[in-house]
This record gives sequence, structure tokens and C-alpha cells, in this order.
Amino acid sequence: MNTADPRELLAATDARMLEVTRPSSECIDIPETEPLRLDCAKLLAPIRIAYKTYGTLNANKSNAVLICHALTMDQYVASEHPVTRKPGWWEAMVGPGKPIDTDRLFVICPNILGGCMGSTGPASINPATGRPWGLDFPVITIGDMVDAQVRLIDRLGIDQLFSVIGGSMGGMQVLEWAARHPKRVFSAIPIATAAWHSSQNIAFHEVGRQAVMADPDWCQGRYLELGKVPRNGLAVARMAAHITYLSEEALHRKFGRSLQDLAAKTFSFNADFQVESYLRHQGSTFVDRFDPNSYLYITRAMDYFDLAAEHGDVLANAFRGSKTRYCVVSFTSDWLYPTRESREIVQALNAVAANVSFVEIESDKGHDAFLLEEPELFATIRGFLNAAATKHGLAHTRRGH
Amino acid sequence: MLAPNKPGRHRVDHLLIAEMVKAGSRVLDVGCGDGALLQLLADTKSVDGRGIEVSRERVNACVARGLSVIQGDADRDLADYPDAAFDYAILSLTIQATRHPKTVLEHLLRIGGRAIVSFPNFGHWQVRGQLLLTGRMPVTENLPEAWYVSPNAHLCTIKDFADLCRLTGAKVERAVAFNLKGQKLGTWLPLTVHNFLGEKAVFMLTRAGARP
Repeated sequence: MNTADPRELLAATDARMLEVTRPSSECIDIPETEPLRLDCAKLLAPIRIAYKTYGTLNANKSNAVLICHALTMDQYVASEHPVTRKPGWWEAMVGPGKPIDTDRLFVICPNILGGCMGSTGPASINPATGRPWGLDFPVITIGDMVDAQVRLIDRLGIDQLFSVIGGSMGGMQVLEWAARHPKRVFSAIPIATAAWHSSQNIAFHEVGRQAVMADPDWCQGRYLELGKVPRNGLAVARMAAHITYLSEEALHRKFGRSLQDLAAKTFSFNADFQVESYLRHQGSTFVDRFDPNSYLYITRAMDYFDLAAEHGDVLANAFRGSKTRYCVVSFTSDWLYPTRESREIVQALNAVAANVSFVEIESDKGHDAFLLEEPELFATIRGFLNAAATKHGLAHTRRGH
Repeated sequence: MLAPNKPGRHRVDHLLIAEMVKAGSRVLDVGCGDGALLQLLADTKSVDGRGIEVSRERVNACVARGLSVIQGDADRDLADYPDAAFDYAILSLTIQATRHPKTVLEHLLRIGGRAIVSFPNFGHWQVRGQLLLTGRMPVTENLPEAWYVSPNAHLCTIKDFADLCRLTGAKVERAVAFNLKGQKLGTWLPLTVHNFLGEKAVFMLTRAGARP
């Protein structure tokens, strides 16, 4: 599938691996003496958490917002990605004067535990062996990711977060934050997410993992030591996943049955159709910025997520006594995390009379809608945060605007 | 469903509800529309307010203006709420559009310490006159849609609603009817007169046996 110069591929891998060992962003190191107790009962230490911040923390540390990223995102939420040189993944949402307004809010976005942009994950060096962790890395959960973020927030001296915000897997972290640390979360915005991962979603993840593991260059997870990269496997995983992020309507609108720079079909297995060419591009560019083992571990964490199961099979128990203000958001054409699943979260919150807003946004862009220019989403987030800021006693005055 | 608010002016039933509600209380507004009542209660009574609204556009507008509102409907979603979660459960000019008004009223009484229900009075002389003289379903300023597009499935008169209160064991703490000019009708007038001159009514109820 990949016809690029092998030296270029290696250069891309090098740039990515440099971010694993020496991240461009800020980071904290949690020493051996303060291990993280994981949900699998293992202890993990030392740990590095790489993160970016935007805006200024106010004197009483009441304006901090934690943004939790989705499966393949990272801490570069509103600034250029050091490997791809592309703009931040949520620049339309986060920045001066934007809905998550860094003129008055202090935004923290950490790379998740298990990630590959500087936070400890399977591509990091295992201090016990001096070699990359690979499959020796313990299987982690969404709860473990949150516990690692708690260490970061502690280190920054922040007692309560003004808001915890995230879409997709980021939304799972938001729910876990609110459930595990209700007093530390003043407001929570879970977007396009669910309180548990559905059977269909587990199935899609399994296809992706099998694609990675079936690539001979995966080498039982030891590809880094052996100087290889299971490019084709990870690319196929990404291609399959990418379809689930879109909607049939969006695909049809974008590509239809159009051919790629061709007057007629070639009667071959080349990428005749634009949609094929698009997916192949999505697959190959993803490999340049993401670690294959990270993909296995993070998808597993999502599969294991079931907030109700953690609370005696009653989702409402996760939120009992919660004083947090919630804003749940879903999208009409999102079939990966359909509105029905957001409504379950809302029902659980209503069952404990929590303060909840719930908005379903009309969009034909599928699950990806949360990352795109959706004026209604922006108006919702801006309005909800403004009202929450007033309740929280944050000043409305903006610097320089 | 009902004629929209004139901008910058509060509906008379909203003003009366704002008068009834204690400052700082917890309020659930079922069928909150564009959030005008919730906003009024937040501004004048500093309530901890929540809303339910069936129209997605109106929900989004409410949340964008900072109100805590969910997309949902009275028939389906009230069952989710625990007993006595609110001081007031308000159903403002909405009961006639629900599928099961009696069940909805029972939920309101269960969820709120008090239920406040306002509704257009189908016993009003204008409505009676139109039906009597034209032989057709009445269309008035407050019931503007033709029968085949109207969401109002269960219209009732003030007398009908008083009967429903008795049937559900609700105690009427206060009942006020407004005439066409938006003036309160004198409480000394008999029920039959309220039912004839009242264009809409507001009832404040408690569950029988519940401590006020």
C-alpha cells in the first residue's frame, strides 16, 4: 500500500519517536515512590504526563478547564502539532474569544496515559528493562487515565476544575472525573459519548486491533526494538475506524461515486474511487503520527469502559449527590455514540436530580461533528460556560477584547 | 402551540407564577419553551431552575442563554425524576398538549413539593361562542392552530381541571383566572363565572396529605 521512499517513512517515525522520549510540550514526572494503582491492580511508576496549557491561571486557581482528548488526539488542542505541523485539533473551540475562551480560562490538555505524544505509554522506555514497554505495558482503563490526570491537576495546585470537557473517549473521561471526583468538578461537558462502550463499538475496535496484530511487522508488539513499524496494519485499522466517524450522508455528499483523477474505471484494485483514495490517505498519514501499540491499548481502555458496572450496575449511582453542572451534547447523525446513549446519561442524572442540560445537535457529519465547525455546538458550549462562570464567580471581563 | 410571547413583555401567567414562587427555591419548568419563565424566575427570585422542552431548537436556544434545559417531553421523561426533587414543578400552558395529563399531573405532584399548572380555558365565552355560532373548532389568539395541526390533544375547562385535581387527590392552594385583558378575576366570583370569563388559569397544588 505504501509506495513512499522508505527513508522518508523512517524520518517520520523518528520525529514521532522523539515526541515519545522528549515531548515538545511541558510535562510532569511522577516518581517511583508515588506509583499509580491501576484498575488491573498493578502499580505503575515512574510516570510522565505531557500536557499543554493555554491562557493564565488566576490567583485563586478557579478558572482551570481540563480538556480530555479522544482516541487519536493529543495535548495539542489549540496549537500546532509538532509532528504533522497541522493546527490544533480543536482550534475553532479553544482560544482567545472562542467558546472555551482562553482570555479568561486556563485550559489544560494532557496527553492521556497510554498515549504516544510524551505521556507514558507502550512506546515509552520501561525503566526495568531499558527497552520500549511494548506488550509488557499494563492494560489501562479510562479510570486510570483520569487518575493520572488527577496527579497532574494536584501538581498544578488546582483544587477544583471549573470545567472538564471532552468528546468521544474524552467524554468518557469527563464522566469518570465527575463520578470519581465530584467535588473537584464544578461543571462537566461530555460530548458525543456514552457511559459504556457498546457491543458494536467493541466489534469495530477488535477489527482494528486484529489488523495491527496481523501485520508481520508488528512482531508480537516488539516492532520498536526490531526497527520495524506495522504500517499497513495500523493504516487499515484507521481506515475502518474512520468510516465509523462519518455518516453515510457525509460520505455520499463528499465523494459520491466519483472517480479519483480518472476518466473511467481501471478494472484493477487501484484506488479508482475518491473515497478509496481518501481513506488510504487517512490511513497512511495516521501511521506517521501514532504508535500502533498505543492504538491497541487505548481502544482496549474504551472497550472496558462501563460506568454503570463500576457502580453496582446502576448508572445513577455514579452521580448520586453530585453538585456538578452537566451539559450533555449529542449529534443526530452520530451512529457510533448515538443520541440514545447520551439520553441514558441524562436519565441517570435526572434520577439524582442533578443539574443537567442536554442538547442534541442537528448535523449530518456523523461522530466527527464534535470536532468540526458546528455553530450550534459553539453556541451551546459558550452559553453553558458563561452561565457556569457567573455561578462560579468568574469575571466576565476579557483582556484585550 | 400557543401564541408566542411579545418581546420585552412578560406573560401575565408568568408574572403570577413568579409571584407564587419563593426566592431561592428549586424549580422544574416542564415545557419551558424559549425559557422566558425560567429566566424571569432566575432574575427575580434567584431560583435553581431546570427545564424540559420538546423542541430541539428551543432547548438549544435555552442552553445557549445559560439555562439548564434538557430535550425531552412531559409524558416520557418525568418518570426519571426522584420524589420531592424540587420545591415547585411547573407546567405552564402545556398540559393540554400532553398525551396523559392525569399521569403528568401525578408526576408533578410527586416531583415537586408544589405543582403549578397553567392552561388555556376551553370554557371561555369566546371559545363557547365560536363553537356555538360557527359549529367549528374554535381558533383564538391563544389557540391559534386549526384542529388538524394543533398539538393540543387534551383541552379542558377550569371546571374540568378542578375535577382532575379532586380525582388525583391534589389540594388546590390557589387558583387564579385571567380575562382577555390579562386581568385577574376576583376570587369572590363563583367557579362558573371564572369558567366563563377566564381565558386562562393558574392553579397551585399540593399532594393531599403532603405537608406544605
